[in-house]
Amino acid sequence: MTETEARAHHPGLAHQFQDLEQQQETDTLGIWIFLVTEIMFFGGLFAAYAIYRWLYFAAFEGGSHILDIKLGAANTMVLLASSLTMALSVRSAQTGNRRSTVMFLVATMILGSIFLVIKGVEYNQKFEEHVVPTLDWAPQGETLAKIAPGGVGHAEMYFIFYFAMTGLHAIHMIIGMGLLLWLVLRARKGTFTGGYFGPVEVVGLYWHFVDIVWIFLFPLLYLIGGRY
Amino acid sequence: MSTATLEPRVRARKNYLNADYGWRSWLFTVDHKRIALLYLVSITFFFVIGGSFAVLMRIHLVEPQGALVQPETYNKLFTLHGIVMIFFFLIPSIPAVLGNFLVPLMVGARDLAFPRLNLLSWYIYVVGGLFTLYSAIAGGADTGWTFYTPYSSTYSNTQVTAVAIGVFVSGFSSILTGLNFIVTIHKMRAPGLTWFRMPLFLWSIYATSIIQVLGTPVLAIVLFALLLERVFHVGIFTPALGGDPLLFQHLFWFYSHPAVYIMILPAMGVVSEIIACFSRKRIFGYKIVAFSSVAIAVLGFLVWGHHMFVTGQSVYAGLIFSMLSFLVAIPSAIKVFNWTSTLYKGSISYEAPMLYALGFIGLFTMGGLTGLFLAALATDVHLNGTYFIVAHFHYIMVGGAVMGYLGGIHFWWPKISGRKYPNGWAQLAAAIIFIGFNLTFFPQFMLGYLGMPRRYAFYPAEFQVLNVMSSAGATVLGVGYLIPLVYLIWSMRYGPVAESNPWPATGLEWKTPSPPPTENFAETPVVTEEAYAYAPEEAAGD
Amino acid sequence: MQGLPFQPEQASTIAKSVDYLYYFLTAITLFFTAVIFLVIFYFMVKYRRRSPDERPKAIEGSLPLEVLWTVIPTLLVAVIFVWGSVLYFRNSEPPRGAVEIFVTGKQWMWKVEHPEGQREINELHVPLGRPVKLTMTSEDVIHDFFVPAFRVKKDVLPGRYTSLWFQATKVGTYDLFCAQYCGAFHAGMIGSIVVQEPDEYERWLAGGAPGESMEQTGSKIFQSSGCATCHVNDGTGLGPSLLGVYGHPVKLTTGETANADDAYMRESIVLPKAKIVLGYTPIMPSFQGQMTEEQLTDVLAYLRVLGKAQPPAPKGEVKP
Repeated sequence: MTETEARAHHPGLAHQFQDLEQQQETDTLGIWIFLVTEIMFFGGLFAAYAIYRWLYFAAFEGGSHILDIKLGAANTMVLLASSLTMALSVRSAQTGNRRSTVMFLVATMILGSIFLVIKGVEYNQKFEEHVVPTLDWAPQGETLAKIAPGGVGHAEMYFIFYFAMTGLHAIHMIIGMGLLLWLVLRARKGTFTGGYFGPVEVVGLYWHFVDIVWIFLFPLLYLIGGRY
Repeated sequence: MSTATLEPRVRARKNYLNADYGWRSWLFTVDHKRIALLYLVSITFFFVIGGSFAVLMRIHLVEPQGALVQPETYNKLFTLHGIVMIFFFLIPSIPAVLGNFLVPLMVGARDLAFPRLNLLSWYIYVVGGLFTLYSAIAGGADTGWTFYTPYSSTYSNTQVTAVAIGVFVSGFSSILTGLNFIVTIHKMRAPGLTWFRMPLFLWSIYATSIIQVLGTPVLAIVLFALLLERVFHVGIFTPALGGDPLLFQHLFWFYSHPAVYIMILPAMGVVSEIIACFSRKRIFGYKIVAFSSVAIAVLGFLVWGHHMFVTGQSVYAGLIFSMLSFLVAIPSAIKVFNWTSTLYKGSISYEAPMLYALGFIGLFTMGGLTGLFLAALATDVHLNGTYFIVAHFHYIMVGGAVMGYLGGIHFWWPKISGRKYPNGWAQLAAAIIFIGFNLTFFPQFMLGYLGMPRRYAFYPAEFQVLNVMSSAGATVLGVGYLIPLVYLIWSMRYGPVAESNPWPATGLEWKTPSPPPTENFAETPVVTEEAYAYAPEEAAGD
Repeated sequence: MQGLPFQPEQASTIAKSVDYLYYFLTAITLFFTAVIFLVIFYFMVKYRRRSPDERPKAIEGSLPLEVLWTVIPTLLVAVIFVWGSVLYFRNSEPPRGAVEIFVTGKQWMWKVEHPEGQREINELHVPLGRPVKLTMTSEDVIHDFFVPAFRVKKDVLPGRYTSLWFQATKVGTYDLFCAQYCGAFHAGMIGSIVVQEPDEYERWLAGGAPGESMEQTGSKIFQSSGCATCHVNDGTGLGPSLLGVYGHPVKLTTGETANADDAYMRESIVLPKAKIVLGYTPIMPSFQGQMTEEQLTDVLAYLRVLGKAQPPAPKGEVKP
């Protein structure tokens, strides 16, 4: 009997692997390396942010004071909770509990949606306050008073970074939501068991990463300088 | 070559080429070998495009006032020549063609870790290429491949956005390819294939992949920021809003310097394989060569500032970058000495792959040494922005990387196609390429020291003689490149059928038929010997 | 202007020393390339395959050799590094008493302004034997001021000043090139450096339109733009006096100390809210877009003169 015939068969085992264990280790290493590339990607933006914040601290502080810290904090809690539900869904998959897996995945999606809705509300607020670079940049009144000391031009730079960083993050969240939906559809069929839960773990790692990026974004964008 | 019995030409055995027919079997394949061929076709296409731009440029430059096109068109030619050659030919070339084909074979696996991701990489590359082609057809971009701001963000009114999107997209192809290779090499080596039994080609691919994975995302973010600037007119790099044009340069070169090591490390890996095979000897100092590849990858991330010595950056930053730039030259020098020592007491034959590999060593040595002129602060001040730089990087990228790529194609062609090509023509082409290359680019060192700046659509008459010499050489070089295109395609139909191990060479890829079956190996191989086990068994001798 | 067929003329004090380093590097390059070529060729011939089944013995490597060809290149590059760095450092700061000339690059020409007021386009007259310091900025994109015969080069950036210096050693006319791609007519952004005997240079300066010096123009702009309204010399104005400021440290409201160099002065005019002098409030309007780069350098020349004067006695009270 050739090796091919002797190999264990599992519907989820891809042809290039010897066994599920090799496949799972490979997939996990793959997602970790992908996350490293994401760190370098966001890292470039964070580096540029750091340089301009150092150069124009007063403007960045003023811009930061325009953001709604309550909404930002709420979003932070929402994402942290979503990482919890995500980790619980991985655990459920590991123990082969189909209903829990689906339930926690759906919970993660709900929390992710709440995050995106709150983000949408915040973006809308920026339009109302006319602090959207180029598209609607006409800060007035109290808003203007907050950013004028640091220089309105440099405050626009702050908002460029605000939108670029949170926007990129939101795009990653939306992609994450798509991945979660895919997992839900597979989980409902009972695909994931103690021997095969790789995809859930991989998406889980991605989701945690997106969460961690927000954990950095929140203080860097919302909590500059003293407050209240 | 041994005269082992050749397989009959009639009734070809089932292999990856004839396993399935039809365009769908190619465009939806997950077989790494077929994907390698998809890449081979696409990068050859882009090489022809980028090369055509070069031909037009060299024709144009035979006259001081410019012989062919308007200055604005010339500026687009050198921009697109650079972008196409770097992002759509050199960066993918060896990894995506030879790496994709060989990595699973060399590790003894059925395929890469992520075959579908591999196909996705190719599609991403094609999409990026389409954006770039669109940009060229719709009028071209004229920023130079370096996209310096604020010219590229605020002033240029050419197809910068389209081509920047093209490069941005192609970067993800590079990242995913690197990711695939790293994971494959870590997790899918056959039993007995320890790290230090791997062929050096795998070490160099591994080092390259580290750079691709860590560096390319930074290119992505800087192009993303540039696109924001162009599309939304925000001033991240523009002084009017307090933005800094030098920040663009730092972020850009943070990737683009390591990128040159993406281009050269795989070629060095190919050279190691070829030198070992055609001297029938283990590479001298195997471990040192392996570690040098990794050292180059790491050090390569620390030297980007040497592109910015004359930007007004701090002299202390200049000092540090200069010192590190000298350090990164050392591992490359070590490799050259080790390759040369491999020839000592070897059994050397001169088939075409060997000629390319030896040509690589000579030209890379020269190109690398001219890098010392540029790492040294005082001379870089004079030479930066001149044709000396152009000559330096063409020696490395064309005299080095392209020769390495061609050598690899010639070495593994029998494995890839199952056919052999006429060795005489191949050797002739290698010689023509070597001669034409030197005729084209050596005069440019002289032009540079005399002071002729680069990216000039017209130039003072005092520089004409050297320009004409360079253009004449380019004609020879062009002819040299056309010849392999002809006989390699010819060989696919009319070349003699190749046996499994025609040279013969060591390595798992030669233990499977030529061309390999789709699953590569009927049984997972078990590795029991060191790499490059060319020497007779220990029993037979001492 | 043609020098030797292999190098430009040596027309500055540093040209020879840069060339010596270049010759050394060329010698090393040719030497090692020749060595590698010859050794490879020798091995190719001596160890050519003599029979199809030849199988040479394996040679693993040699640690002593590896050490040798690691240490020797390292020492060699160390020498080159030190040599290149020392030269670079020595050439980075101009000697005292340099003639200060302002250069503005724009697509696609070089505009030169002598402190005495003389203006040139694509030409720069300089005296022989005296150090010349160029303070340069760009009106649009990045350019680069390159004089091969002097072996000097520096990028010219929008929104800031860069500088280079040289001392010409030969009378003559030398190529000036833009060496940073800047758009359609980058190749056309060329000019000449005209080195004259000192007395001829003085005559040239004095000849032509008897214009104002940069300092005089700058002083006029200082008045007409309203700067003098707040920046009163005796320190009684809403803004700080500018006597004795240029080239000296300035205390800021953030507690930091800035050096009042060209960049600081320019920023204070176009982005005044970026740094506020201790004891003052951010009420100065920005003059971005209201002054051309040349007007800014005229004002800068005036501020440099003010910088040499004695600052007024420090005030007690801070104005609200």
